[in-house]
Amino acid sequence: MTASDGSHAPMTPMPLYTDGEPIADTKAPAGPIEARWDERRFNARLVNPANKRKLTVLVVGTGLAGASAGATLAELGYHVKSFCYQDSPRRAHSIAAQGGINAAKNYRNDGDSIHRLFYDTVKGGDFRARESNVYRLAQVSVEIIDQCVAQGVPFAREYGGLLDNRSFGGAQVSRTFYARGQTGQQLLIGAYQALSRQIGLGNVEMHARTEMLDLIVVDGRARGIVTRDLVTGEISSHFADAVVLATGGYGNVFFLSTNAKGCNVTAVWRAHRKGALFANPCYTQIHPTCIPVSGDYQSKLTLMSESLRNDGRVWVPKKAGDERPPNEIPEDERDYYLERIYPAFGNLVPRDIASRAAKNVCDEGRGVGPGESGHRQGVYLDFADAIQRLGRKAVEAKYGNLFDMYARITGEDPYTVPMRIYPAVHYTMGGLWVDYDLQSTIPGLFVTGEANFSDHGANRLGASALMQGLADGYFVLPNTVNDYLASGPFEKVDASHPEAVAAEEEVRERVRRLLSVDGDRTVDSFHRELGKLMWDYCGMERTEEGLTKAIDRIRELREEFWTRVKVTGGGEELNQSLERAGRVADFFELAELMCIDALHRTESCGGHFRAESQTPEGEALRDDENFAYVAAWEYTGTGEPPVLHKEELTYEYVKMTQRSYK
Amino acid sequence: MIPTRYRSSVFLKAAMAVTGAVMVLFLIMHMVGNLKAFEGQESFDAYSHWLRVVGYPAVPEGGLLWAIRIALTVSVVVHIASATVLALRARRARPQRYQTRKRVRQSYASRTMRWGGVIIAVFVLYHILHLTVNVIAPGGASDSPYERLVNGFQQPLVAVFYIVSLLLVGLHLQHGLWSVFATLGASSGRREPLLRGGATALSVLLIAGFMLVPVSVMIGWVS
Amino acid sequence: MNLTLRIWRQKGSEDKGRMVRYEVADVSPDMSFLEMLDVLNERLTLEGEEPVAFDHDCREGICGMCGMVINGVAHGPEVTTACQLHMRSFSDGDTIDIEPWRAKAFPVVKDLVVDRGAFDRIIQAGGYISAPTGSAPDAHSIPVAKADADRAFDAATCIGCGACVAACPNASAMLFTAAKVTHLGLLPQGQPERASRVVRMVDQMDAEDFGGCTNIGECAAVCPKGIPLETISRLNHDLLGSLSGADAK
Ligand SMILES: Cc1cc2nc3c(=O)[nH]c(=O)nc-3n(C[C@H](O)[C@H](O)[C@H](O)COP(=O)(O)OP(=O)(O)OC[C@H]3O[C@@H](n4cnc5c(N)ncnc54)[C@H](O)[C@@H]3O)c2cc1C
Ligand code: HEM
Ligand code: HEM
Ligand code: SF4
Ligand code: F3S
Ligand code: FES
Repeated sequence: MTASDGSHAPMTPMPLYTDGEPIADTKAPAGPIEARWDERRFNARLVNPANKRKLTVLVVGTGLAGASAGATLAELGYHVKSFCYQDSPRRAHSIAAQGGINAAKNYRNDGDSIHRLFYDTVKGGDFRARESNVYRLAQVSVEIIDQCVAQGVPFAREYGGLLDNRSFGGAQVSRTFYARGQTGQQLLIGAYQALSRQIGLGNVEMHARTEMLDLIVVDGRARGIVTRDLVTGEISSHFADAVVLATGGYGNVFFLSTNAKGCNVTAVWRAHRKGALFANPCYTQIHPTCIPVSGDYQSKLTLMSESLRNDGRVWVPKKAGDERPPNEIPEDERDYYLERIYPAFGNLVPRDIASRAAKNVCDEGRGVGPGESGHRQGVYLDFADAIQRLGRKAVEAKYGNLFDMYARITGEDPYTVPMRIYPAVHYTMGGLWVDYDLQSTIPGLFVTGEANFSDHGANRLGASALMQGLADGYFVLPNTVNDYLASGPFEKVDASHPEAVAAEEEVRERVRRLLSVDGDRTVDSFHRELGKLMWDYCGMERTEEGLTKAIDRIRELREEFWTRVKVTGGGEELNQSLERAGRVADFFELAELMCIDALHRTESCGGHFRAESQTPEGEALRDDENFAYVAAWEYTGTGEPPVLHKEELTYEYVKMTQRSYK
Repeated sequence: MIPTRYRSSVFLKAAMAVTGAVMVLFLIMHMVGNLKAFEGQESFDAYSHWLRVVGYPAVPEGGLLWAIRIALTVSVVVHIASATVLALRARRARPQRYQTRKRVRQSYASRTMRWGGVIIAVFVLYHILHLTVNVIAPGGASDSPYERLVNGFQQPLVAVFYIVSLLLVGLHLQHGLWSVFATLGASSGRREPLLRGGATALSVLLIAGFMLVPVSVMIGWVS
Repeated sequence: MNLTLRIWRQKGSEDKGRMVRYEVADVSPDMSFLEMLDVLNERLTLEGEEPVAFDHDCREGICGMCGMVINGVAHGPEVTTACQLHMRSFSDGDTIDIEPWRAKAFPVVKDLVVDRGAFDRIIQAGGYISAPTGSAPDAHSIPVAKADADRAFDAATCIGCGACVAACPNASAMLFTAAKVTHLGLLPQGQPERASRVVRMVDQMDAEDFGGCTNIGECAAVCPKGIPLETISRLNHDLLGSLSGADAK
């Protein structure tokens, strides 16, 4: 296939995609990179306090990105309506983040700086992120920590009473702030409390157990959303002067992932269908240290903190099909493959590299754990050396809670039997395309957190998603939303507006359709099948052949879904099958776009590994000449070829180099 | 209208704790006083008399006793009133019961505070009618409190009722004494085992002390 | 293994519920409790029956969404969340009773799903530190003794699951409320609002129709995050202190 016209002749008559206009401007100010954010803030127009009260902003999502945005916008004086599908805003998926949050505080005096965090992030993202955005992220990171501490987030401290830091995800400086293994929880509770305060004061109207099912666009501007009350089933519309989507990532397209069960693409996908471009959908992060799948019934995968790799040694038997229990395999018949292949970084190589290496040894038939020989998906993470070196006590103090969690889930004792780990889908770098202001291609629609295509490029470094979500919500968005709203006032819209009526009707029709199929397969059975397909062909390693096959199969499966899915119960009640069915239906459409994006990007970069594009040693090989751009896709219809818009990426401050961890 | 903060469940509980503590103080005194029964009738009756004339004439006759009685009455009323309000709240708080229920930590004592309390109240009523007001006279009336007591306990039914009630009081206190500290905000993770141990020890001591009298009468040590 | 489940089925908050018996075959000991329910639900769906509604999201014990009383104990026989309970804690042939949290303040929405909005309203009443964005001083301007920070953290790990209420014979929300009071009250940043916070949170707790606490301790025994009972004493201390304090509203 050729990149220029995207035609995939002669197999499929229709091209997979077509090329569109490049994206000309991301709205980042010119000038020295250190001054850009200041400049943007200074030039942003302001809204008179008296007028703010009359303006409404909808914030969909209450994770780090959404809760921080909701609280801050309300503090500024806007009337905010906030939404989440869980029963409480405190339960957003951000709560599950374990490791920590980065900030360029340089409290350790170990050479960290805003510039270094910026540099590491651009490089870590394999040169597929925007310099201006990343620089701003690094700048703002410092304020995030101050803000969180003021709210009472109990970060780890040292005996002197000052904050502790650790190094994380292969960084050479200690810039990660953490709260034991529950950093995401503590940060989210902080943001949730700030949001709760505003709810209590009447500035935020909270709608929990409410799912956004469509976006209302009037005169080209985002002016509202259509929601379904998950308890009563009532479908209604909410109107506003601006809409913020902070609905998180879409890793659940793979069915099995470390994401919460409810994580979905629906809100974002609906906005995409209404005209917002979707950028880099194929960039998926696979986390190397998760507990392996144990059976067909498995419903989700659990992450074991990356910090385990600081002391655990990863190995598999040298011989394929070795059936012996780990403790009976002598030292010289073990392959500590990460230490062997990457002697400099050893067990601490970045996530994408560790993940792929695990896949490779399992593909060679050297995987471990239960299951048929040759199909075992797992590698050992062995603490025997650490226990011998540091003593069981010390290991317990450091990792006790993780070991307990592992023991609870697997029923094995990691102190005596090596842990088994395997990579799992963890984070999605793709998302709705946004400009420097975090505004999508639909004016008035802002996208923050994991839902936007983000500042991470093709790979996200550990501890930087939390940073980005809070940067967006606490510091970036309030400024840029001000600027947008200052261009108002906009015409009043209410439920009688034809666009609103049409959007609501479309949602109702979809619900009716899902309930009326009454087929013979459950929603989950479709979701599992789609997930397996995506994992096999659009997972850790992608090939042209596999992706092409996947696209065809996804289309068939989607057809089958709409004729065979069975959703019991009604629409006017709490109906969890119906909720899932709607989400899976959108995953089908997204999955196709992910594969198209992965197919068109014939290079390997970050979380996207094309088998056709590797160095002789089997490492990812970028093609900067042809692919140093953001791929932003325009929707043209279900199963219709999307239009590709390219945003060129230029690097003025960080020189593009090939990543190497040998 | 009472400001909300004085109607809060925490405040009501504090009122119970304070009144409970007052009653406990009385009980300690009372138990020690009762031991005079072993010094014989005179000593016991003298003590009873002393209770009524102590401080005279600085305090009117029966002054101390009345002071105690007033404090006790107020305590009992406040204690029972708070217990009732809290019990009603708890009842309302769970209109639908569990089909299956298993207890994890709660002790028998903590679970029987309400029923135990009510039975104790009934006992105290009976006890006062019996020994103070002298309107019921199991085993024979007498002007001497000592004789009333001995006569009473020689009736096995009376003795058993006393003993059962005492056990209930012990149970109530085993939980209640620790609870006072927790309710008044003086418990902590480190102190908790100590407080619980102390509560148990004091309850056992107290009840053992009380128990001595009816048991001795029953087995004929005191007659 | 094969199990008999008796599950509380209730169509809506206004309906009367009842226990319904189901047989589930071939349960693997490695399944989580919720995965076992998934298996049942898949079957019910194919049989045209409505699956059992239950709340869940993270399935790793941190969001606090899942929650059910399993054989009479909140979150079941292990001290963890229902999603982290595994079937190896049961044996072949067992009968397992599953009920929703029961409390007036947590009305049943459907089957095992309850509405825990009362917890959110307790937090809204004062469970925060007022620190509007942008107003924060440098993080290091307020040192916190490590011991205080650690204890604050211990209390802050509450996941808002509601097991404490479900287990308390009085259906009291004291442990949940006390955990927040303790978390914020131990930190220097939390001092200015310390007295008013506790008063407002306790008032809200009472207004939500939770029962009062009688120090029974069942809550702490089932709390999946091990929130200690002493937090309740701490709340009591702060509340009684606030009655004489000037700061209370
Ligand atoms: C196990 C795990 C560990 C992690 N550890 C780290 C770490 O250590 N450091 C780090 O930096 N990052 C980590 N991450 C990544 C990070 O947690 C997430 O990327 C980040 O929290 C996403 O935040 P968010 O606010 O964008 O979205 P989320 O927290 O996912 O919130 C999404 C919100 O949107 C709502 N929502 C979604 N769809 C709809 C809809 N249709 N209608 C209405 N509401 C909707 C949800 O209710 C929710 O409130 C981890 C991720 C996982 C899975
Ligand atoms: C076996 C144990 C007990 C004995 C022998 C005993 C004996 C007595 C006697 C003799 C009196 C009358 C004193 C007087 O009027 O001079 C008395 C009064 C009283 N006792 Fe007891 N008692 C016992 C246990 C208890 C217990 C367990 C309680 C409370 C729980 C209690 C509460 C009282 C009260 C409230 C009075 C009335 C005090 C007053 O106002 O005069 N007694 N008791
Ligand atoms: C008269 C009827 C009584 C009733 C209905 C009653 C009921 C209760 C109840 C419901 C509690 C709270 C349970 C708890 O804290 O766990 C309680 C606590 C207590 N009671 Fe009683 N009680 C009664 C009498 C007494 C008596 C006579 C005494 C003292 C001798 C007493 C001492 C205490 C103490 C010390 C507490 C602990 C207070 C606290 O919890 O902080 N009670 N009682
Ligand atoms: S205190 Fe424990 S049981 Fe109660 S809500 Fe918090 S975590 Fe759950
Ligand atoms: S069980 Fe209930 S009575 Fe208090 S100590 Fe716990 S809230
Ligand atoms: S599902 Fe999140 S705690 Fe159980």
